[in-house]
Amino acid sequence: MSAAAGVRGAHPLVVSAGVAVGCVAAIAGLAALPGGATLAQQVVSGLMLGGIYVAVAVAFTLTIGVLNFLNFTIPTMFMLTGMVAWGLARHGLPFTEAWHWALALPPGIVVAILASLVVERFTFRYLKTRHGDATEHAIPLVSSLGFLLIFEHLVLIVLGSDAQSFPVRFRLDWQVGPLVVGLPQLASLLLSLAIVFWLSWLLARTRTGRALRSIAESPDTATLLGVEVTRIVPVVFLLSGLLCGVAGALFVVNYSDVSPFMGDHVGTKAIAAMVLGGLGSIWGAIAGGLLVGLLETLGIHFFGGDAAQVVVWTVLLLAIVLRPQGLFGGSRIGKGKL
Amino acid sequence: MSGYWSGILAILAINIIFAYGIFVTATAGQLNLGGAGFMAIGAYGAAMLGEQLGWTPALTVPAATLLTALVGIGIAFPVLRTRGVYMVLATFAFAQVVTGIILTQPALGGAMGLVVTEYVDLPVLLGVAAAVTIGVFWLTATRLGLAMRALHDDELVAVLMGVPARAVQVAGFAIGGGLAGLAGALYAHHFSFVEAQYFSPLLSIYVLLFVLIGGTQTAWGPLVGASFFTIVPELLRIGGSWRYVVFGVMIVAMMMFRPEGMVTRTLLARLMGRRRHADAG
Repeated sequence: MSAAAGVRGAHPLVVSAGVAVGCVAAIAGLAALPGGATLAQQVVSGLMLGGIYVAVAVAFTLTIGVLNFLNFTIPTMFMLTGMVAWGLARHGLPFTEAWHWALALPPGIVVAILASLVVERFTFRYLKTRHGDATEHAIPLVSSLGFLLIFEHLVLIVLGSDAQSFPVRFRLDWQVGPLVVGLPQLASLLLSLAIVFWLSWLLARTRTGRALRSIAESPDTATLLGVEVTRIVPVVFLLSGLLCGVAGALFVVNYSDVSPFMGDHVGTKAIAAMVLGGLGSIWGAIAGGLLVGLLETLGIHFFGGDAAQVVVWTVLLLAIVLRPQGLFGGSRIGKGKL
Repeated sequence: MSGYWSGILAILAINIIFAYGIFVTATAGQLNLGGAGFMAIGAYGAAMLGEQLGWTPALTVPAATLLTALVGIGIAFPVLRTRGVYMVLATFAFAQVVTGIILTQPALGGAMGLVVTEYVDLPVLLGVAAAVTIGVFWLTATRLGLAMRALHDDELVAVLMGVPARAVQVAGFAIGGGLAGLAGALYAHHFSFVEAQYFSPLLSIYVLLFVLIGGTQTAWGPLVGASFFTIVPELLRIGGSWRYVVFGVMIVAMMMFRPEGMVTRTLLARLMGRRRHADAG
């Protein structure tokens, strides 16, 4: 199943609705068991955390699926949203304490999108340069590592290296039997899923989406058939900036803290999610993101934090070696090129 | 010489050895984003052999290098099943597993790190770095080096011409892993302390950048790349984070204007005055 086939039609939507109903039923069943409430609570938190990984993993998978480019600046976009919003709320916005986050987060998302477009201008435009040996494909990868350093350290210079508390006074918890579900968390899970569904609709049904899919198949053929590749490629970066920005904003709303390094952890987990789901597959990134969120919270619950890391990465290493196409991915993507 | 500069020289020597470890696999066409994992195995191997068995650095450093080379061979077989982005991700995951295991094993010091009592002085580091540099130059001139270069330029053609691709690539991982382990062992003995946090994904990224910015075409690349990015920021006296911003800008500019790295075959040929030959190649 390729990137294009993975997002076509309503079939996966029906499947995911079925899976969602199944999950709710399973959690309810687990919570009803004696002593199962704690575990069910972990599952709920894992899925909520997974919602944030889903958005970032989709940003990764979109860039790889369409452009065959592992964009290391994606975690930075996530971080920029949070840090810029915090900086605005702290230094620039004259507004009441209770609601400043709502004003500060949208500019943060805009900065993330702009940064992503800057990255496009200086990295991907040069991929088309041909230099005649195997390392040519490393060019955008290396440039994106350069941008990772630039953005992260500019933020360190301007806003300092400390983790900051960014309180969002918006706490509404929903008590369902023995379980506590944070409404912002539930809303963010739904919002990130909604954005992903919108994106898959965009890819499957619109003119831009068709152009993107044609570039994913073959940039040269797409150019021959009249797709303006240089006009369409920035759309990928705009979308990935938007996804990371929204994920960053949701992270702030849910966990109320920001730091210049907040993207690193989420970024590596999102890469793991993308690989588990299969490179280039949006539905795979959704499944992978939720799965990694679950693995992480359950791993911490049962084994503790550092052991959970070993579990996640060993699973990932095995997955890459034994089933590189992941759960849903096409085996074609990401092979010949970097 | 002041303590400040001897510290920088020590880091430079370790960076050069480490960069050659990544270079050897890159010269055969494989990008290794798990360098920190190999270096950590070398560092912890030397530390454990020294502390538990009481071996001197004359024994622990070669033993740790050998151990890491064996790990390189072991990891090469699964990793070589993958290509492109998957290989970058597989080596990255390998390094994450290594540091994760170190953090969870109390015997390895966990998050507290390990103290290494045996000390290796700066002249030894510089001597080893020089020996490694000469060794890699020699390697690129051998038949194995030629086979690696052929695989890097075009794997299909190289295989058709009879290059045993798998064997050459496994040898690349063994030598590369061994050199990264050697850098780790020397790091442990010189700085007398190892902790898992040092061997972060960022370290893997930096060393891969040293190699790619220096250039993978000739053995000058890692030497120039590691020296440039270790010494120039010191000379410029740029403090803290600005150093990394400048580093990042240089990387982006380099990829735009000179994507094959600082030192290329053409440049060397020009420097040697063989312009005609360079134009022909």
